[in-house]
Amino acid sequence: MRIPCPHCGERDLSEFRYGGDATKVRPKHGEGDFKAWNDYYFLFDNPKGLHTEYWQHVLGCRHWFKLSRNTATNEIGEAS
Amino acid sequence: MTAFRRLDKGGRIDRSKPVTFTYDGKPLGGFAGDTLASALLANGKTLTSRSFKYHRPRGIVSAGVEEPNGLFTIGRNEPNIPATTVDLTDGLVAQSQNAWPSPDFDLMAVNSLLSPMFQSGFYYKTFMGPFKKSWMFYEPFIRRAAGLGKGSYEKDSDRYDTAHEFCDVLVVGSGPAGLAAALTAGRSGARVILVEQDSDIGGQLLSERTADLEAWRKAQLVELASLCNVKIRARTTAQGLYDDNFVVLLQRHEDFDAAKGKPRQTLILLRAKSIIFATGALERPLVFSNNDRPGVMLASAVRAYLNRFAVAPLKRVCIVTNNDTAYLAAFDLAEAGIAVTMADHRKVIPSDLLSKAAMLGMAMFPGTGVADVEGAKQVSRVQLAGAHSASIECDVLAMSGGWSPAVHLTSHGGIKPVYDDKIVAFVPGGFAPAHFGAGAVMGRFGTQAAIRDGSEAGAKAVADFSKTAKPVVPPEGKDRAYHIMPVWLPAVASKGKAFVDVQSDVTVKDIKTAHQEGYVSVEHLKRYTTLGMGTDQGKTSNINAIAIMAGLRDMPIAQTGTTTFRPPYTGLAVGAIAGRTIGHHFRPYRLSPLHDANKASGATFIEAGLWMRAWYYAWAGNSPETAYIREMELVRQGVGLADVSTLGKIDVQGPHAAEFLNRVYVNGFAKLPVGKARYGVMLNDDGVVLDDGTTTRISDTQFYLTTTTAQAGEVMSWLEYLLQVHWTDLKVHVTSLTDEWAGMAVSGPKSREALQLAFPKADVSTENLPYMGCLEVNLDGVPIRLLRLSFSGELAYEVHCPADYAHALWEHFLKVAAPLGIKPYGLEALASLRIEKGHVAGLELDHRNTLDDLGLGKMAGKEKAFIGKELRMRENLQAPDRWSLVGIELIEADKKLRGGSILFSAGDEIKGHGRGYITSVTWSTELNKFIALGLYQGGLKHEGEDIICAFPLKNEQVKARIVSPHFIDREGARLNA
Repeated sequence: MRIPCPHCGERDLSEFRYGGDATKVRPKHGEGDFKAWNDYYFLFDNPKGLHTEYWQHVLGCRHWFKLSRNTATNEIGEAS
Repeated sequence: MTAFRRLDKGGRIDRSKPVTFTYDGKPLGGFAGDTLASALLANGKTLTSRSFKYHRPRGIVSAGVEEPNGLFTIGRNEPNIPATTVDLTDGLVAQSQNAWPSPDFDLMAVNSLLSPMFQSGFYYKTFMGPFKKSWMFYEPFIRRAAGLGKGSYEKDSDRYDTAHEFCDVLVVGSGPAGLAAALTAGRSGARVILVEQDSDIGGQLLSERTADLEAWRKAQLVELASLCNVKIRARTTAQGLYDDNFVVLLQRHEDFDAAKGKPRQTLILLRAKSIIFATGALERPLVFSNNDRPGVMLASAVRAYLNRFAVAPLKRVCIVTNNDTAYLAAFDLAEAGIAVTMADHRKVIPSDLLSKAAMLGMAMFPGTGVADVEGAKQVSRVQLAGAHSASIECDVLAMSGGWSPAVHLTSHGGIKPVYDDKIVAFVPGGFAPAHFGAGAVMGRFGTQAAIRDGSEAGAKAVADFSKTAKPVVPPEGKDRAYHIMPVWLPAVASKGKAFVDVQSDVTVKDIKTAHQEGYVSVEHLKRYTTLGMGTDQGKTSNINAIAIMAGLRDMPIAQTGTTTFRPPYTGLAVGAIAGRTIGHHFRPYRLSPLHDANKASGATFIEAGLWMRAWYYAWAGNSPETAYIREMELVRQGVGLADVSTLGKIDVQGPHAAEFLNRVYVNGFAKLPVGKARYGVMLNDDGVVLDDGTTTRISDTQFYLTTTTAQAGEVMSWLEYLLQVHWTDLKVHVTSLTDEWAGMAVSGPKSREALQLAFPKADVSTENLPYMGCLEVNLDGVPIRLLRLSFSGELAYEVHCPADYAHALWEHFLKVAAPLGIKPYGLEALASLRIEKGHVAGLELDHRNTLDDLGLGKMAGKEKAFIGKELRMRENLQAPDRWSLVGIELIEADKKLRGGSILFSAGDEIKGHGRGYITSVTWSTELNKFIALGLYQGGLKHEGEDIICAFPLKNEQVKARIVSPHFIDREGARLNA
């Protein structure tokens, strides 16, 4: 896989780390009850097709960004 | 006895360059341009191996990568290499396999007499009894008798490289289609890579003998060579196709030279914008009785040996076919003066072929197939049956069962091939965007069609990047239409074995047996009979097996489908996959800035994660078992110096730095005074402990955070994630200082005196630098942080400085504090001292434990919010009987505690996972006994109870007692001294 880092440009997958589902909304710090955190942390959809995820260019600029990836084909879409 | 001879002229071999090689210890000759296979045939080596199960005599079948029989061990340690893919080079050493003492006289051939036993599922049925572990008992004997080449225990001393490449258009295969595709794409200016697994470029064209085709081939090569945007790689196999147009190529180097350190092979990881598959087709054998005798070969291979390698059958050839293409071989052989007998399964044969056959004086038998083949060690006679019966004497039996497009690579992405009735073969089931097929792989056989196809595919591939290309023109000529009649089974029933897969010794009977026993899927058939599971992966055999199975089940072949094609396409040396990441380079390794200083101080190193850490020092002894004890005593009684540079070090700055840390640590950091350090613990969102460490407040807006060595990268990424993704309103920046700063621990009752000697101008009194205090000092202009922290439980300091000055500072300490007896201590002692103190470390922090499990529950802030606060309250994380931190001391004085021991309560049956386990163990110099930390069900509720520490690997059980994990100085008098 090649991933377009918004800062550095297209780089090899081996430079990145995966950071999970970016469609989940994290409860604000100090807010959110047990259920809100439980849902946030443990309950995920497992979609087939385009999915928005967090990735970090860990061996580059260390920028965290959102990336759209097709979970079935690994086709890469927008990064922001 | 020989079946072949070398011709005096013709072919593509270079007779001016003789080559000497060794076969089974004897020197033989050949020429440059030969493969090992052509040289063996030219030397009369028709019988080259013994078969997998039955040890039947076998010879070379093909002239390409599909070779099922002619496998050899090359050089010292590379087994199962098809002779057809080995360039003949001076000094090449080839060894035959699976025969003892030689393929000609093989004692294991006795297996052949037992053959009724070796049918499908035989092993499973027979060797499962009479006792439970029967298979385990029999297996080694069976493996020894049945098999291919043997792997080596020797290290592969050759060098392999890995390369990354990029191109616009990858063309796989250099036959007429591939050449046309590469040239068309190349003319547009696109970056093209053409790969060919053979040593020469041209594919099928290399087996042709007409001048105009050769002229066309050369013209294309000349123009391709003139294009600087086109790279041509021979001896390079496209092994696998993966997501994202990622193709793995294996290049075998012609100029390999171990002595000069030149690599033997390079694994090329290629990303192509588009791919043209011009992979051609593979001829398949026919199935008939004794079709495995040496000298039974594919018709196209016999043609290749004749035209390309100038190796001709001795006098007489019999050819059996079900399609037109075998006539190409027949005519070339007849024209070369060899007597040709042709048996064609078809009753009606195209008239142009018949008239040319008559003109060349070939004996023709329409509607006829092979009933049996005679000849103990090579073909001597063929019995024909069907519309005609005849007994034909011959040296070689050539066969053609039609052609199977090489769909392997096109299917790696998950697109299944589909069956095409017209050509009686599977073709690609479609292509992903930017993938194109051209020529025989598409089922379009014929040179003209291939060239037109290739040219079109080349134009389409570059059209994707808005480039136009001038098409490639084929030479004058016209393709014949391709005629084939499906033939899957022997023409007549016969007693001899009719092989479907010669490499795995699978016969028609085995497939029938599998069918009778209820195997209905090709995938199951494959695994039950081992069909297609050899090193050739059934390149020649699978289609016949699928068709036979379809026949038995009375269903169309299209419905039966194929087995799944997976990379690699051909055998691949593990060394090539590893490349240079072997031995010490298996993973990158990291050196502390104090590495050289440690070395100079006599350290022995040990791998800890990626780090090479100082384990123990020569002054304390030569073995870790004893050295660490002396080093512990040094720290408990005097003063020691240890390298702690591997700790994660993070600079946290910004107006909201205190607020940020207050959120990520369970305990409070908002009110930490400037100049003070605090021990902190972080949780993950799920409430499980992530890491611990000390963080020091340098100023209102700056903190110096340390993490454990193991979690340094993880914590850094986590903090960045929080700041960049979720808490964008916080004005904080984090910077890793792990590599920029070094750290050393100065520990022991005399450490304050050592510190004073090192920094004579600084006030290091306990009033000015109390426990958990920080002092910034300056030595010869170098900024240094003195932190009064203790991992050992003694009065101790951590001294941090910029990495470049660490070596000098280390030597400074050893020099000025020498009168105090300061000496270095290593990782083993460091870890043992902290066990005595009851500090948790990586072995306890197993990513499953909670604060309470580690006895740190009281640290959690009650009022403030922190990460993990909600989810740490999950029911199971609060369960009363969780495995929690305990101290363990040995009761039986003459025994040992061992790390990893399983813990049981005194009355338990010693079975299963027990109630916990030992995480860390050491000899205690303070208590004069073995002590340990561990996780135990219910934790310190069981303090004082006797337990059993079981170590099943050594069949040991020792008695111990649960105690507090703080073995020394529980009140902290030494820390605060």
